[in-house]
Amino acid sequence: MTAEAGRTVHLAVALDGAGWHPAAWREPTAAPRALFSARYWAGLVAEAERGLLDFVTIEDALGLQSTLPDGLDERTDQVRGRFDAVLLAARLAPLTSRIGLVPTATTTHTEPFHVAIGIATLDHVSGGRAGWRPQISARSFEARHFGRRRLPPLDTVLNRPGGADLSAHPHVRDLFEEAGDVVEAARRLWDSWDDDAEIRDVATGRFIDRDRLHYTDFAGRFFSVRGPSITPRPPQGQPVVAALAHARLPYEFAAAHADVVFVTPGSAEQARAIVTEIRELSPHVQIFADLVVFLGDDAARRKARLDELDGAELSSDAAIFTGHVRDLAEQLLDWQGAGIQGFRLRPGALPYDLWQIASGLTAELRARQAFRSRYEADTLRGLLGLPRPAGRHAEAR
Amino acid sequence: MSPAARGTGRKQIHLAAHFPGVNNTTVWTDPRSGSQIDFASFVHLARTAERGKLDFFFLAEGLRLRELKGRIHDLDVVGRPESLTVLSALAAVTHRLGLAGTVNATFNEPYELARRLSTLDHLSGGRAAWNVVTTSDAFTGENFRRGGYLDRADRYERAAEFVRLSKLLWDSWQPDAVLGEQDEGRFVGADAIGAVEHRGAHFSVEGRFTLPRAPQGHPVIIQAGDSAEGREFAAAGADVIFTGHGSLEDGKRFYADVKGRLARYGREPHQLKIMPGVTFALGDTEEEAAEHAAAIRRSQVGPQTAIAFLEQVWGRDMSAHDPDGPLPDIEPDLSEGVSQGRVPVKDRAAVAAKWRALAEEKNLSIRELVIEVTGRQTFVGTPRTVARLIDQHVQADAADGFILVPHLTPGGLDDFVDRVVPLLQERGVFRADYTGATLREHLELG
Repeated sequence: MTAEAGRTVHLAVALDGAGWHPAAWREPTAAPRALFSARYWAGLVAEAERGLLDFVTIEDALGLQSTLPDGLDERTDQVRGRFDAVLLAARLAPLTSRIGLVPTATTTHTEPFHVAIGIATLDHVSGGRAGWRPQISARSFEARHFGRRRLPPLDTVLNRPGGADLSAHPHVRDLFEEAGDVVEAARRLWDSWDDDAEIRDVATGRFIDRDRLHYTDFAGRFFSVRGPSITPRPPQGQPVVAALAHARLPYEFAAAHADVVFVTPGSAEQARAIVTEIRELSPHVQIFADLVVFLGDDAARRKARLDELDGAELSSDAAIFTGHVRDLAEQLLDWQGAGIQGFRLRPGALPYDLWQIASGLTAELRARQAFRSRYEADTLRGLLGLPRPAGRHAEAR
Repeated sequence: MSPAARGTGRKQIHLAAHFPGVNNTTVWTDPRSGSQIDFASFVHLARTAERGKLDFFFLAEGLRLRELKGRIHDLDVVGRPESLTVLSALAAVTHRLGLAGTVNATFNEPYELARRLSTLDHLSGGRAAWNVVTTSDAFTGENFRRGGYLDRADRYERAAEFVRLSKLLWDSWQPDAVLGEQDEGRFVGADAIGAVEHRGAHFSVEGRFTLPRAPQGHPVIIQAGDSAEGREFAAAGADVIFTGHGSLEDGKRFYADVKGRLARYGREPHQLKIMPGVTFALGDTEEEAAEHAAAIRRSQVGPQTAIAFLEQVWGRDMSAHDPDGPLPDIEPDLSEGVSQGRVPVKDRAAVAAKWRALAEEKNLSIRELVIEVTGRQTFVGTPRTVARLIDQHVQADAADGFILVPHLTPGGLDDFVDRVVPLLQERGVFRADYTGATLREHLELG
């Protein structure tokens, strides 16, 4: 690592539509008609890789975007529609070579087996750069797209500062427990093949050593998975699992199941309190802070214009930074002092605020010896300083 | 343009490339055999197919590792990626080639799968295809929430409802729904995202879809299988049928039967392409090709594999017998099968009797017998002979084209593309270059 170890921060960018302001698609630099093209996303991730960022996340959900807590708002003046994030990440993998790709995949209505082999395959096609953000789907209107379970309507506003605590809803506790089971089942499936399972032994005619394949035999309250995986162990062994968390219940989920947690403090002081709470649950999970950012000399004017176009001041679960990249660099280092190890920046508008991050912010951080000047690893685990874990069965042999 | 309307007046051939799969057709013992999981192998095969101007690249699927005698079958290739994820990555390194993935309709939900297929179609510029399969066994179900299984009729009923519902979802956004009018503040048009409400025997879905109409409207639908239910399913709504009828006479019967079912659904014969899966072996002379074919067959049926085939028919452990020795004088155990995760051998008593008669008549060892009775190459000969045979099958209405199944990863298609495709082009029955952008255009589904 070229920068001084211990002072460097990790940087990720959260990609979604035209950016995180609902009116971002109306910025002069936006390309609203290109949102459903591969070319648009290829340009964004190439820019992030030019900036030597650790990874990009890609948002997803099993229903249309809405300003309401649950159900559609019928608005036509905001971006509606999204790609499946895992397939989008796979489409971007051959076009990049170092940056991590972390799609969201829902745990609620999906098959754990399919999600696990999808992420394992993303890891294979990207040469070890896959991550996964598991996410619950607590909205009743999304449940109606499947017709398998009924969820009560959700009336909690999610995008208020700091984010909402949904744990008062009994069904949400179940959804988190199920999400934990889904991640556990996926992790067992990824380890169900030892790294050296493929032997190609011509003398005995055996392609694999079946003693190096293992039944997962996961059985929980919600589902069971016999295994083994149909997909050989991914290059990273265990792709990186990242979770967004606003409250005690998701902190517990992240501490138990994730490698990286995204949190939403509003200040360095709040960051310190959140870090203390999470560290009591896990000494290992890497703590990233989320920030919505509007950058550049005219950041305030740009944001004000978008607020006006949208008819409301932007409201977010994450803190909103508006200003110069120099000041953002100072704030990030201030929060780093509170125990935050990395940042997931949500560009207010794409591609403009991503350009600012990839060239401006990284230069400011580098000038403070706080960011890499070249990629020091070719896997996502490597960039995050996570060792490649041995398979859970390999050691027992 | 109808297929016969081209200058030659001959039917145009459609060709696809099957990525070598997890049965003994794929020879992994060959020194040239590469990785079955590295992305580079998929890229090589797909780019070779695109160099040959093939219609599409095809991935099979199996959602549970196969077992023999209660243990994971270890003699064939084991392990493969999730189909749609690897196809989406291939969309980045190919430009015209269709990308077909096999995805199970039994262990998926329409809203999610329709969305994934639409995503692939958008991200590939209209090159996605879905090979709709169903699963017959509780064995595979053990990997899924839903578990269990459906009997054959219910499986196809569910699959048909699945496809109907998927089409409703794909059609639910109006064409040009995304306006992106920055000044007027209209991202989508008013009422451009239609509501879908479906109540059926297998699915109950209501809401809005999350993606605009895909470039092809609907991804190409492929149906694999020869059963009466499968044929009817294909006639009702598939664009391609992937069959096993490689021989001329079988092919003609199947072709006439399936095409004959289309009128009932108001469809034209050209709207369903019949593409049997075929293997091939090439040589500079007919003798060399025959030797090459025999050598491939010996590699495909190694000593242990010969015994494994025998066990699937006999239903008992045969591992004590010498594969190079004669068929032992033991009757099959018909009580239950020893194989899981693959199509069971039908009427094992009759198959065993037939095999025994053949072994006695030709004085064959176990391995020679299995080589004789399983998986002989469809087309064997010089490139000129193979080109002629392929053309002959298509012009005789035994097929509209073929899905080529090479025996080697990743180089198994190289010779075909370099040596056979140019001869088909010379004959005027295969495109010299892509004329359309989408898979529907390649397949002339019009």
